[in-house]
Amino acid sequence: METVPASGLIAASWLLVALPLAGAAVLLLGGRRTDRWGHLLATGTVVAAFGIGLACTVQLAGLDERSASVELFTFIRTGNLDVEAGLLFDPLSATFVLLITGVGALIHVYSIGYMAHDPGRRRFFAYLNLFVAAMLLLVLGNSYVALYVGWEGVGLASYLLIAFWYTRPAAATAAKKAFIMNRVGDVGLALAIFIMFAQLGTTSYAGVHGSVGLLAGGTVTAIGLLLLLGACGKSGQFPLQAWLPDAMEGPTPVSALIHAATMVTAGVYLIARSAPVFDSTPTARTVVLVIGAITLMIGAIVGCAYDDIKKVLAYSTVSQIGYMFLAVGLGPVGYAAGIAHLVAHGFFKAGLFLGAGSVMHAMGDRTDMRRFGGLAKKLPVTFVTFGLGYLALIGFPLLSGYWTKDAIIEAAFDRGGTSGWVLGGVAVLGAGLTAFYMTRLMLMTFFGRARWEDGVHPHESPTVMTAPMVVLAVGSVAAGFLLVEAFPLAGWLEPVFGEPEEAAHVVAPLTVSITLFVVMLLGAAAAWLFVGRREVPTTAPARVSPVVRAARNALYADTVNESLFMRPGMWLTRALVWLDNRGVDGVVNGTAAALGGSSSRLGRAQTGFVRSYALGMLGGAVLVAGALVAVTTG
Amino acid sequence: MTITNYLVLAAILFTIGAVGVLVRRNAIVVFMCVELMLNSVNLTLVTFARSTGTVDGQLIAFFVMVVAAAEVVVGLAIIMSVYRTRRSASVDDVNLLKY
Repeated sequence: METVPASGLIAASWLLVALPLAGAAVLLLGGRRTDRWGHLLATGTVVAAFGIGLACTVQLAGLDERSASVELFTFIRTGNLDVEAGLLFDPLSATFVLLITGVGALIHVYSIGYMAHDPGRRRFFAYLNLFVAAMLLLVLGNSYVALYVGWEGVGLASYLLIAFWYTRPAAATAAKKAFIMNRVGDVGLALAIFIMFAQLGTTSYAGVHGSVGLLAGGTVTAIGLLLLLGACGKSGQFPLQAWLPDAMEGPTPVSALIHAATMVTAGVYLIARSAPVFDSTPTARTVVLVIGAITLMIGAIVGCAYDDIKKVLAYSTVSQIGYMFLAVGLGPVGYAAGIAHLVAHGFFKAGLFLGAGSVMHAMGDRTDMRRFGGLAKKLPVTFVTFGLGYLALIGFPLLSGYWTKDAIIEAAFDRGGTSGWVLGGVAVLGAGLTAFYMTRLMLMTFFGRARWEDGVHPHESPTVMTAPMVVLAVGSVAAGFLLVEAFPLAGWLEPVFGEPEEAAHVVAPLTVSITLFVVMLLGAAAAWLFVGRREVPTTAPARVSPVVRAARNALYADTVNESLFMRPGMWLTRALVWLDNRGVDGVVNGTAAALGGSSSRLGRAQTGFVRSYALGMLGGAVLVAGALVAVTTG
Repeated sequence: MTITNYLVLAAILFTIGAVGVLVRRNAIVVFMCVELMLNSVNLTLVTFARSTGTVDGQLIAFFVMVVAAAEVVVGLAIIMSVYRTRRSASVDDVNLLKY
């Protein structure tokens, strides 16, 4: 598929990045003067971006060559290094643009209500706009460097938003943790870009993907693994998954937008965009698969043990992105399925988070599910929208998750051989656990006896909050069907990934669907057996099996990180500080002291006696004369 | 006629003058020794002028004499003012510029 220079509205697609960025600038630079209307301006820029994105997509669909590039300006020009800044508007970026601006606009509207009583609301909307601008740049850039600029921008926005209530130590720590773990991944991405420059002299998608065949196998694998490291950092995949649940310290709209629908999907975007690179290195692709499978299970296992509603949803996100990594790791058969699941997940996970925010709003910002219960009657709209998102997530037939997850698991089985069975089996097991922990969440929150604390009066949220939830619920219901059956994403993404392959089915699709349906029912039934049938204790039981204890400690991820990285790091810094104080300072101060001491001692030669000075002069003169004689005669 | 005798004489005079500068305490006597050193140098210069047949040495001797005269004027003025303030002409008594 050839990329044509953009014409018409697509040539103005830089507005997509510029509008939210301008919104952020106005709000941050304008200060308190913009407090009264700042949130409206911010919401307006994102809605406008959505409109422009929609129009550009419509225009793109009408083009013969559905891939348009926009040249902007020269970013760096120094001799060998020539980086042009430009945008690439093709079906993949169009999909992401619509997802980001659409879900983003809904969450901006929701935040108007959610943050209504917060004095820092203007700052919040400024950071949200900054995030949307950076994320759009990430998906629209036409080179890895442009992607990297957006990549860093979303990392910054994530840090600023997680620590929005910066006076809370827990929030500040969580933001640092998120940023540092992101950084570890970013190093991988940066190294991959360096290798591209060194070996190919270019980082534009066209340049790299066109010449990837010229590179040695080892180099391509290295690039692939480094890109994967970057993706793991941004998407919270194993081994860099520990920051995502901690990021729930941020306000709930942040969790919905950044840590469910968009930023954490940047990793999947990166791998999907780098499809030609991964297609050339089966090794790296297998690693993607393994990481996806491992993370899928980690997220599912840990999600079963937490009582904090947002943390359960966070681990659910980790697990679902594991599914997406699994999909894109399968190669050409899985790219479209992974992206479809990404879009559907964006809808229902954002909806679930907004619903959780509505529940928290009603319960006075509490998140402990053990003190919820019986909220279905008090929060009807929230209950219905949350319920639809829940059904979509667990893969209830005909809702979104059913179509998209089934597609991934079918593709996994179709891989064939042992790996196909293992991956498919793991994915099916994960689906069962998903059904378990989500049903547990629903039962603890909305059903059963009310276990509320004193002074809590749950009430439904205002319309400005429930309207976006309703829209997202509609998306949760319909997105899957639309993306997989009615307007297949595989065909829309053909300019990016090539013809959708029709693989020979190892396991008949109907068998997969029935198996998943049965597994889903088993998971839900287990949740009812263990949680719903009995009274839910208001404090977590202390005597539990080792598996549950491990799951409550996030499978000891934090412990491992601490002992492997944090403590050696602290030891290293302490040693270096000691070295600096004793060693370097010792040398400098010692030199100064030595000079001072020797100058005092030498100073004693100035006795004030004229005759001793005269003797010194005589001695010097004799030496000079002697030297002259020695030189002239010697 | 060798010039050795003259040079040896000049060396002896120079040594006596140098020792005198270092050993004697009275500032006037130190000055006289300095003059002695300058004169021994004059003797050396004239000797070499005579032995090479040129007048360059004698010319330099003239310069030395002029400088010596000027230096004596300045030096005696300093000793006079020191004597007026400190009532002593000993070189050991001007020892304030010390560590």
